[in-house]
Amino acid sequence: MVTSVPAAMFVTSRESFMSDPARPARPPLADILFFNLTRGAALLVLVLLTAIIISLVHGSWDSLTHFGASFLLSPSWDPVAQNFGAWRPIQGTLITSFIALLIGVPISFGIALFLTELSPLWLRRPLGIAIELLAGIPSIIYGIWGLFVVAPILMEGKELTWLGITIPPIQPWLTEVTSGIPVIGPLFDGPPFGIGMFTAGLILAIMVIPYIASVMRDVFEVVPPMLKESAYGLGATTWEVVWNVVLPYTKTGVVGGIMLGLGRALGETMAVTFVIGNSYDSIDSLFHAGNSIASILANEFAEASDALHYGALIEMGLILFLITFVVLALSKLLLLRLQKGEGSHS
Amino acid sequence: MNNSLYLRRRLINGFNLTMSTLAMAFGLFWLGWILLTLFGNGLEAISWATFTQDTPGPDSAGGGLLNAIIGSLMMALIGTLIGTPIGILAGIYLAEYGQRGWLAPTARFINDILLSAPSIVIGLFVWIAYVQYIGHFSGWAGSFALALLVIPVVLRTTENMLRLVPNSMREAAYALGAPRWKVVTVVTLRASKAGVITGILLAVSRISGETAPLLFTALNNQFFSANMNQPMANLPVTIFKFAMSPYENWISLAWAGALIVTMAVLILNVIARSLLKKEST
Amino acid sequence: MTTQNATAKLTVRDLNFYYGNFHALKNINLDIAEKKVTAFIGPSGCGKSTLLRTFNRMYDLYPKLRAEGQILFNGKNVLDKSVDLNMLRAKVGMVFQKPTPFPMSIYDNIAFGVKLYESLSRSEMDDRIEWALQKAALWNEVKDKLKQSGLGLSGGQQQRLCIARAVAVKPEVVLLDEPTSALDPISTAHIEELVHELKQDYTIAIVTHNMQQAARVSDFTAYMYLGELMEVGATDDIFTKPKRKETEDYITGKFG
Repeated sequence: MVTSVPAAMFVTSRESFMSDPARPARPPLADILFFNLTRGAALLVLVLLTAIIISLVHGSWDSLTHFGASFLLSPSWDPVAQNFGAWRPIQGTLITSFIALLIGVPISFGIALFLTELSPLWLRRPLGIAIELLAGIPSIIYGIWGLFVVAPILMEGKELTWLGITIPPIQPWLTEVTSGIPVIGPLFDGPPFGIGMFTAGLILAIMVIPYIASVMRDVFEVVPPMLKESAYGLGATTWEVVWNVVLPYTKTGVVGGIMLGLGRALGETMAVTFVIGNSYDSIDSLFHAGNSIASILANEFAEASDALHYGALIEMGLILFLITFVVLALSKLLLLRLQKGEGSHS
Repeated sequence: MNNSLYLRRRLINGFNLTMSTLAMAFGLFWLGWILLTLFGNGLEAISWATFTQDTPGPDSAGGGLLNAIIGSLMMALIGTLIGTPIGILAGIYLAEYGQRGWLAPTARFINDILLSAPSIVIGLFVWIAYVQYIGHFSGWAGSFALALLVIPVVLRTTENMLRLVPNSMREAAYALGAPRWKVVTVVTLRASKAGVITGILLAVSRISGETAPLLFTALNNQFFSANMNQPMANLPVTIFKFAMSPYENWISLAWAGALIVTMAVLILNVIARSLLKKEST
Repeated sequence: MTTQNATAKLTVRDLNFYYGNFHALKNINLDIAEKKVTAFIGPSGCGKSTLLRTFNRMYDLYPKLRAEGQILFNGKNVLDKSVDLNMLRAKVGMVFQKPTPFPMSIYDNIAFGVKLYESLSRSEMDDRIEWALQKAALWNEVKDKLKQSGLGLSGGQQQRLCIARAVAVKPEVVLLDEPTSALDPISTAHIEELVHELKQDYTIAIVTHNMQQAARVSDFTAYMYLGELMEVGATDDIFTKPKRKETEDYITGKFG
């Protein structure tokens, strides 16, 4: 297909040339039009972002002027008393995303390592596709599955007849195992309701794994074979080659993949809304119900009561947008610095 | 040679590689489990009526998802039709005209922001900028929100794919006296056709399952409506509403909808990937 | 075919190698003499690199490649399934066509291999690194920037760093797979001098497509063609009075 293109090109330009031999250089009108059309589309992208920011600021103006900076750190959310603060949802968003990365990053690394170094060749493609399919499943599916399937199991366990195994009630088990350990113990203390911050984080982890794992696999695959051979040639084990050579060589890409996953986790709405429990209480344990910025928007926005309530919710959206922007900007900066640090290596 | 050191290294290697294999199994386990649950509950709930009847009222028996399926198809189609040309044109600008000036790098960065923007924020934007002004939720608003999700995906893939076209091919076309717009549209764009189509399909698969941006734009509609100016039924929001309800019939329909949406998205994904693979071999 | 007047470090017997169905090495019999330089020459695709990569079983990393026959190294067949590849590769070092410094400092590049087998104190490690860099004739150029990335060195320096890295592990055999093919003439001369130095302590096998290089650095030369070992002998003999017509044609540039 590729080779036929220049030939087709030749015919068209030749024909038009033949049809009007007296014409001087082709007027560049079509070129100018096309250029401006594409330029306009690129400009539109700029306009869109500007419009989004202006809209969000404009929409949250009531709340911005009414609460000022205290909005960020105020833990109260009371539509009746008209008292709104973003602290709890911000906290919830950050905690669930953190749990997601804590679980997701090591697993993703393991998957990428398996796919690039351990898997038999014929299995690599199907397994890779399977992991990518996990990324394709819509987030609402994760939500309904999390609510109806995962949460009850976390709470009371389940017998999987098709696998012949029994999953123990995971939350009570975690409470028991961690009780008495300082700092960690209290995190897993509390009544096991199934839904809550921990469950939301777990579901988010499963959602971000395919994103991070795919990026890691892709960058691991482009490591020059000779570089790996050099390490193997010194007698290094597979693990040593991956940990000491492949990972440092691909760190920019790996960081990029993790940031991509973080961005997904921060902004994820539906999966979290189903399982986080939707509560404004203070969070004393990870098993406690909570909320995230996205879940509060999904739950309340369509039924907001008045201008200030709308304003506060939109300001929350603005904050979420800014958080994801900061994550993106930080990852770009980090990548830039890493690239510089690598010197002549590009 | 230090034998205990070597033994330790081999143990570490063995342990970590086992963990890696377990991680792979862990990932597959979730995929299998989700699909199993989905098929188990979805197939039980799905019937001919699912595709021929509209959504039932609360606490009533029967009904289907026809209005939601049609609504989802219409909004996804219109969203794609709006977003794709913009994404492709802007992608062309970045790849073909973007060597000089401030616009291309700026647009590239901003596109990255749009790509990573939470979809619920996009919904919020359309609500503020459109729904609020016309005063009601509508199918158009839903389509606009979806279009905004399509643009960055299509833009990114178009630019990347155009960049893969070797410069020698462009030069060969210029050498034949072709004007720039023809070189771009007939030569480079066509050379990267499969990649661009893959990008579009991936964008469509993404918006097909999106719920968040529709919550405050298209909302939902219990009845059949093809009027883009009215609130419009759609699968994801219907699933959300039904799954969160206490009614058994609704929950069962939610599973049926979940199966339909997932299958549609996964099939689009597989087609997109096989397209790209066919091109690269 | 044997190389005279030297003990064999590696003894290759009836070696056959396959890439899937492609028969890449055919019945190779050869001795690699201890503490000598053996050069492998021949046109592209003749199997000389493939042969080199059987000595440390580097081909094992890839599926569908297999070797049959014997390669005796210290009395054991390298091709045996039971051979511990890590140990084998620690004793048979390798340097590649292109410099392959790891993305870490010069110091860590060399320490990497050493740490795999020995737990040295800081000062012992410092000594070892200086020793290896001296061996590779790189010490004077890098002693003030050991903490800098190995990627910041010039191509020739990077290749000497890779040689230092291989030597630091104290292998018995060093395999050089076209080590100068990516280097300029001056760096190439450096490496060739180095090969000359190194053979006092190590057995060296070098693949090269540069016949002058083979003539300059090696004690023995093996000429390969289409997966077969055509002729092997003392370098002087091969280049002055080759026994086979094919070897002579290749050496005199009639084809290749």
